Amino acid sequence: MRNLLRLIKFAAILIWSAFVVAPFLWALTTSFKTANGVTSGATYIPFVDYQPSLGAWKGLFGSGGGSIDIMGPFVNSAVVTLSASLISLILGTLAAYGLSRFTYKAGPVGNADLTFFFISQRIMPPVVLAIPFFLMLGLFGLLDTIFGLVIVYIALLMPIAVWVMVDFFNQVPRELDETAMIDGCNPVETFWRVILPNSKPGLVVAGIFCVVFGWNDFFFAFTLTFTKTQLLPVAIVSLNSSVTPWWSLSASALISVAPLILVAFLVERYLDKGNIAGGGK
Amino acid sequence: MYGLTRYKLLFLLPGLLILLGIILFPLGFTIRVSFSGWDAARPGLDWIGGTNYSRLFADGRFWESLSRLGAIAFTSVILEYLLGFALALLVWRQVRFRRLTRVLFLIPMMTTPVVMAVIWRTIFHESLGPANDLLSLLGMGSIPWLTNSFWATVVVILVDVWQWTPFMFLLLLAGLLSLPREPFLAAAIDGAGPIRTFFNVTFPAMAPISVGALIIRLIEASKIMETVYVITSGGPGTSTETSSYYIFIRGLRDFQIGYAAALSVTYLVIMIVLLTIIAKSLSRYLVKNGA
Repeated sequence: MRNLLRLIKFAAILIWSAFVVAPFLWALTTSFKTANGVTSGATYIPFVDYQPSLGAWKGLFGSGGGSIDIMGPFVNSAVVTLSASLISLILGTLAAYGLSRFTYKAGPVGNADLTFFFISQRIMPPVVLAIPFFLMLGLFGLLDTIFGLVIVYIALLMPIAVWVMVDFFNQVPRELDETAMIDGCNPVETFWRVILPNSKPGLVVAGIFCVVFGWNDFFFAFTLTFTKTQLLPVAIVSLNSSVTPWWSLSASALISVAPLILVAFLVERYLDKGNIAGGGK
Repeated sequence: MYGLTRYKLLFLLPGLLILLGIILFPLGFTIRVSFSGWDAARPGLDWIGGTNYSRLFADGRFWESLSRLGAIAFTSVILEYLLGFALALLVWRQVRFRRLTRVLFLIPMMTTPVVMAVIWRTIFHESLGPANDLLSLLGMGSIPWLTNSFWATVVVILVDVWQWTPFMFLLLLAGLLSLPREPFLAAAIDGAGPIRTFFNVTFPAMAPISVGALIIRLIEASKIMETVYVITSGGPGTSTETSSYYIFIRGLRDFQIGYAAALSVTYLVIMIVLLTIIAKSLSRYLVKNGA
């Protein structure tokens, strides 16, 4: 009975793992195919099922006539994601610390309402904002620019930073602040010298979520840029047009998700330390 | 305390003002535009009163997209919750290959949804994709994955489940790992089996985090459109068209800016009301059960 249970458990883990890796394996094998390997039906194992070629990968790294520019969009994506995440993290952490430690009152609006205002921005469907963003960025001449995207992404990411950090600061004992104040620190010094150095786990989790959501956004990058400032997901989806080169598509998809797989390792490390449980409450 | 107000505002205001600036203007602008007849032929802010709104009430395609969105979102989120919970329980007290399985189970939620959707589209390609190829190996006929409205919906849900079950898994596993050990010891001493322990101890203790996870996922699922855009483009016909996608077509494809704005405002209000009701009733369920 116990062995049977263990077998079922093992099988379940195995089946789900296969489901998880299936699209990656399919993309990997497709990335080594040529037109012949694709149009003759589904094939899986190189050398046995089809003759592998490095054509798609060579095309991505710039040699040969049919090359596809993926590195440009990759750099754009990295610049936009990292700068928007950094700014959101700074502003969000400051606001979260304030909301966790001080009492704000403006008429009927209190701390809970302010916190809700920040977090509730996640409810906003991107499509509702897309048209006004388009017109607004157009007005300031920021359409199709890195700077314009960074501004939009800050609105997207700051709620995440506030959400994670308010929860984190609420778990940091207040005695820490009080001791520092008694030692003569003003609130800014307290925050900078005492609280921030003790907030690394929260900052890492908030940072990870910001980077993941920023890197993975498609809709705003798609509606607010044209050709000059292409981000990675847009560049890849545009390959998905009329004549689809499945091999280049697969290779570039793998390049675009590779950095995120490293992020999964980072997140796992913070699981045991109990820094993620707070987020769901 | 001297100057405390100044410090208080120093922390809060930069973030608050920037967010207000980025969000409030677009939102106000959308509301204003929704009362105008702005389209490709007549761009500009005229005033046509509630014409867009009365048109919207008669627009069957919009209401269908809303109920379709509801069906897709609820099915996906419930499946994700059940699977995520099951997976979290599976690896909770696992000893061997612990890191490997956990990382593996987390990976899909980190990957870019549209990019994976492009891959899924090739997988479900009717004649060249592996999905039908594997079915034929099992002796089954091929399924019209993307050209039949039922199967296209199945694919959209399946891709969402693949992508977001890890999110449920992450929050629920983190919750399981933070549970105190004593109740489980007590249950073991009482001689409770694994099933009774789950329903009497584990599940009630996990109720708060479950509610949080369900609400967050419902909010995110209510915005689903990117994967639909890539995998089915809303088709066949309009059979997988969600509300966001329909608004996108009206606004940025047909360039009926005024009408799309009215759709946006209505959609946003409906979402806020529905999600608030769901969140409130789930939380009330929590309180009633003493968690």
